[in-house]
Amino acid sequence: MISGRCAACKNQRRKCPSNCIFSPYFPANDPQKFACVHKIYGGSNVGRMLQGVPTYLREQAANALYLEAKWRIDDPIYGCVGIISSFYEQIQNAEIELAKIQTQVAFYKLQTQHVEAEPNLEVLQSQSINMEQFESDNPTITSWFN
Amino acid sequence: MGGSSPCASCKLLRRRCTKECIFAPYFPSDDPRKFAIVHKVFGASNVSKMLQELPIDQRGDAVSSLVYEATARVRDPVYGCVGAISYLQNQVTQLQMQLAVAQAEILSIHQMQQDPSNNNTTLLPSQLLDQDYSEKFLLLSSAENNNNYDFLPQYLSFASSSSSSSNVFQDSEPLKRESFC
Repeated sequence: MISGRCAACKNQRRKCPSNCIFSPYFPANDPQKFACVHKIYGGSNVGRMLQGVPTYLREQAANALYLEAKWRIDDPIYGCVGIISSFYEQIQNAEIELAKIQTQVAFYKLQTQHVEAEPNLEVLQSQSINMEQFESDNPTITSWFN
Repeated sequence: MGGSSPCASCKLLRRRCTKECIFAPYFPSDDPRKFAIVHKVFGASNVSKMLQELPIDQRGDAVSSLVYEATARVRDPVYGCVGAISYLQNQVTQLQMQLAVAQAEILSIHQMQQDPSNNNTTLLPSQLLDQDYSEKFLLLSSAENNNNYDFLPQYLSFASSSSSSSNVFQDSEPLKRESFC
């Protein structure tokens, strides 16, 4: 029945057999999907690539081919490789920023540890003042230690 | 062409390599594998059509990206480059999460330093960090939301840790656009 043709067979203007390799993945209601892959890979290449993967993975393969074809149509020079490069750049930038922040965190933590140590110094300082006072009040006693 | 050898594409296709051959500048005879792989995935006529639609100064970059894509497809016949993109997108997301955690940590530390007794002190990130950093962080977050790659996971259920997807780009980092000339 002509109305039962998949998008691939409609595009190729041929009968759609019951075992058509394209029909599960290129339904008639989405003609753009097959048009994209046909433009970039060609129908026979797509059929060959689908035949080269196990049946349970063919849907994923067809969808991946469609995405790559679409990206290639959108960017005829770089296709999906432009996207990969862009992600690499994002990752590099993020890693640099992360290292920068982690360095700042480490710095702040060190500062915090230093600040926590200061009150102890004040106590010691106040103790030494009291000692001076004691020595001046009790010169005889302290002279034993000199 | 007076005795010079045919280009890799004309050798493979077994035809005469003319001086107008569109493939010859990009598929030299000393690297037959390069054309073989793009021919296997895209087909010579499709590659020729794609190159003809581009200005000459952009064809070199286009060929490089086609070779990269074809290589990825041969290595991973199911997901090709899409597997790599899914993996990288995941990496970006994880890094953004780590950045958010580190950012929150800095804010928390700084708030404690400003006023340890007052936990309600709020400080803008730009007051704590470089202006430059805070802008970049926001840009990174918004870029991820504004790019057109979000449709990727809709009907593709990749395992981002799948070995096949990460194998695709175990070579060195892919093409940098500025290095194509």
